[in-house]
This record gives sequence, structure tokens and C-alpha cells, in this order.
Amino acid sequence: MNAVEVENLTKKYPGAPQSAVDSLSFQVSSGEVFGVLGPNGAGKTTTVGVLTTRMRPTGGLARVGGVDVAKEPTRVRRLLGVVPQRNNLDRSLSIRQNLLFHAAYHGVRRAERRQRAAELLERMGLAERGDDRLDNVSGGQAQRVMIARALMHEPQVLFLDEPSTGLDPQSRIFVHECVRELKDRGVTVVLTTHQMDEAAKLCDRVAIVDRGKLLALDAPAALVRELPGSTTLTLSLEFAESAESAAEDVNAALTAVETVERVEAMPGGRVRLYTSREPGEILPAVLKALAGHGISLTGLDVAQLGLEDVFLRLTGRELR
Amino acid sequence: MTILDERPPTARAFTAILGRDLVVTGRELPSFLAQVLLQPLFMLFVFGKLLADLGYVGRGFGNILLPGIIALNAFIGGLQNTALPLTLDFSFSREIEDRLLSPLPTRLVAMEKIVFGTIRGVVAGVVMIPLGLVILPDTVLAPASLLPALAVMALGAFVGSAVGMVVGTAVSPRGINVVFTVVLTPLMFTGATQFPWPSLDRLPWFQIVCAVNPLTYVSEGMRAVMVPQIPHLPLWLCLLVLAVAGAVAAEAGMRGFGRRAVD
Repeated sequence: MNAVEVENLTKKYPGAPQSAVDSLSFQVSSGEVFGVLGPNGAGKTTTVGVLTTRMRPTGGLARVGGVDVAKEPTRVRRLLGVVPQRNNLDRSLSIRQNLLFHAAYHGVRRAERRQRAAELLERMGLAERGDDRLDNVSGGQAQRVMIARALMHEPQVLFLDEPSTGLDPQSRIFVHECVRELKDRGVTVVLTTHQMDEAAKLCDRVAIVDRGKLLALDAPAALVRELPGSTTLTLSLEFAESAESAAEDVNAALTAVETVERVEAMPGGRVRLYTSREPGEILPAVLKALAGHGISLTGLDVAQLGLEDVFLRLTGRELR
Repeated sequence: MTILDERPPTARAFTAILGRDLVVTGRELPSFLAQVLLQPLFMLFVFGKLLADLGYVGRGFGNILLPGIIALNAFIGGLQNTALPLTLDFSFSREIEDRLLSPLPTRLVAMEKIVFGTIRGVVAGVVMIPLGLVILPDTVLAPASLLPALAVMALGAFVGSAVGMVVGTAVSPRGINVVFTVVLTPLMFTGATQFPWPSLDRLPWFQIVCAVNPLTYVSEGMRAVMVPQIPHLPLWLCLLVLAVAGAVAAEAGMRGFGRRAVD
């Protein structure tokens, strides 16, 4: 069963020249951790806004747990939990009361909500601080309170909007562990992020979006694999004499190797080769091309490109 | 899948959201009372007591002033307590988001805010009765006027709260200071709180201005039940105007709330 279904979803804000979300389609399976990756302004938050009933779509269809979010928002809200990007905790209440009232809004019975609040505070490492006000909590603690709050009514789908932006490494790791634990419990998680390592580490599948459109959708490793020239070989070379002309010769010779997709000269006499093949497969040809140029190979470094390279390849490098 | 089988817990959710607001008010009671009491107390003291003792206004003025001040406090109490928190909620704190994500239709989340503002307005009005009688001991209130006075107060606070929701959802936080001055001051001084409306027939243009202000009907309704010996508008007319004004403002306010709540 699909926990989330989005079909040709479009959202255009009044007065905006372009749609914030433009015919976006994807499905999230039940129990999956799904990442929506994109630069700022890509439409991630708008997509989550529509899915969590806080924004009305201009066109298309969005369902959570099989329920149409535009037609039956109150029913959808019982199925989903939201951890927003910005702290929106109730500052007039204590940490525990934030959890208790949230559950009460969702109709959870008194005894049940007390028990769940105690459990979640324990799990989030906040058992000692339950009765504190929110005035003195750090960003990481506030994030944990918001996760605990979102889980109080036991949602089937949890939406995390930029869950680790602005957090210290400890808090970030804690959030990541939380996501894994939720997956083990069978909760579907949809998270938006622009942090590649986070998406690669946590998500079963990642949708890369930009300007409201879906650019790619697959498992992180598969996205990297499909990228042309996703393996690099960096060669450190020592030239015997007349370095300049030799370097040009070497570049020409390496470019001529069929399995090498691109040759990039690097500072310090190094050369980087991009290929889609296995390194061992292309090395013989590379060594053969180097022979007879009076060069000795002093070092070899093999690396795989990451999700970041996929992301930059798809969305471009310019700042916005 | 137990959760989907149940019907949405609308009544329980509404009660819980109202409960949250009442718990917070209970905790902040001293500051709430200071906010709603100081101004009317000084008005009663200066205009009802001091000026009377100094001989600038007649002795019976307290009878006119006290019901007006109670009406003012209930109406403005409802208005302020709805408008101000809403502008903050929709801009800086976003605390209301958790309630907008509850399984309660957005209109009912708005309705809860109006009900809560009404409750605060009624409290602000009710506490003025004993305090007013202490400051103005010569005031003669009709016996058995308490219950009908409560009803007029509640209706007045409801209209104030609904108007507050219109203001609070229509105005940006940057503009709220200006709007409060520009809206509140004329409302306070054209609401027949310091004078009975029928006596304005010597100043017809001002009588018409006051007739447009819903607060006038709260003040006049309070006089109708508390000091019936003073000329006043008929009670049924006051109740009718307030009911219609309340319904119109509540509908407009809930629509404004919906626009702010859902993009």
C-alpha cells in the first residue's frame, strides 16, 4: 500500500510568476523513509505543506494513507504527524503539557496520553525536563520535543521538514537514530533536506526536485551509479623533462582512452580521470597510454562521486 | 487501524483546545486582570467619583457611567483578547499551528478563539460590577439584574471577540499598533458608554455615528437591565442588533481566519 500518493500536484501562489510545485508526481510506500531533496525554493516545503493540509493545491491530487488531503483534511490530520522547520512549540506550556495537549487535541484519552508522554520524554532523553518551560531549551532539545509531540497520536506517516538544519552533530545523530527507529516500528517517514549525507544515510529513496519539478527519483546509490563518470581516478605523475609539452601529450593520450569519459588537469602534476567503469577495468589502458612519455606514476587515488555530485549535476551550481 | 474506525473526535478536540486556553489564562491571571481592569478603574474613579465630588458632573452620573463601563470592558476585552494573540500566532510564534493540525475543522478552531475571547470579555465585565459599586457607592442598580446583565455582557463580548477576529486576521503584525489606535479609540468614544444614546437627540449627527457602533447596543442593553429608570434603547432592539452584528462579524472573522490558516 502507498502511504503517500502525489499525482500531478501543482501549487501556484497568487501573484507568483511560476508555480512553486509544478506537476509533481511520486509515491511513498508504507514503511519507507522517503527523502525530498532540493535547493532552497525548490518546492519542498510547499509539497509538505499540501500533504499536511496546511496549503491548498492549485491542481492535481495528493493522498495520505489513501485519504485525499484537499477533500478530507480533518481525517488526514489524524494519520500524519508534522515536525516543522521552525520551532512552533507552545511557549505558554511546559514540555510535558505540549505533549499532553497535543494528544488531547487528537482525542487521546487521559490515561493513555500521560503514559505516552512519559515514554516519549524518556526516549527523547527529556525525562528530567518534562516540567520545564520552553524558555531555556536549546535548538536540539526543541527539535526532540517537536518529534515527541508529533508522535503522541501515533501517526502512520511522519513529515520532517529539514529535520537537522541548525542542529549540532550530537542532535543530528539523535534525529537520525530516531528516524531509523521509526522505520523499524513501521512508521512511514517523509523528510525534506538539502543535506546530501543525510539523504544518503537515511532514505530508502530520494526524489530530487528543483523549481517545483521532479528531476530524479531512486535509491541514493542508484542515483549515483547512473551518473555518467561516477568513478574518479586521480593520478600523481612525475615528469622527466619539459613538463609543459609532456603534460599536454599525456592529456591527449588519456583522452584517447575509450573508457575515460573526461580528463581534468589538477595542480601539482596530477590528472583526474572520470569513468563509469570499474577502476581495475580501465587501469591497463591508462597505463599503456602513459607509457613512452617519460613519465613515472607516483600515486593513484580512486573515489566514487556522491549524491552531492548527482544533485549539482541536476540542479546546477549557481547560487540563488 | 483502530484510529480510522473512530469518528473524528470533534467535541473532545474543541474542549481540549478551549481547555488549553483556559489553563494558560488561569496561570496568567494577575497580568490578565491588570490588563483588563486598570483603565476602567481609573475611568470610573476620575469621571464617576472625582469629577462628581468636585462638582463638575452631577451626582447621578455614576448610574449612567457604570453600566457603560461594564459594557465597554466586556466588548473591548473580547476584542483585544482575540485580535492581539491572533496577529502574534499567525506571524511570530506560530504556536497555533499545532491546533491547526488537530482533527478539528479550521472553522471550529476559529470558533474556539471567538468563544475564548468571549469568556475573557465576560470575566472583564463581571469583575467591574463589585469594583464599580465600591468606587461609586451611590449607584443604584436594579435588583435581580445580574442574570440579564450577564446575558447582555456575553452577547457584547461575543460581538467584540468576533470583531477582534476580523481585525486580527486582516491586519499584519506591523500594522496592528496603528490599527488598534485608529479602530479602538473611536469605538470606545462612540459606543454610548459615557452617555445614554437617547439623550443625543440634541446632536443628531453624533447620534447617527454612535448608532453604527455595536458597542452602543451593549451599553444601552446594560442600562436597560441595570438602571431601567434612565432613558435607554429597548432591550429587544439591542439584543437583535447584537445578534445580527455578532453573526456577520463571526462569519467574516472565520473566513479571514481560514485565509490565514490555509495558504
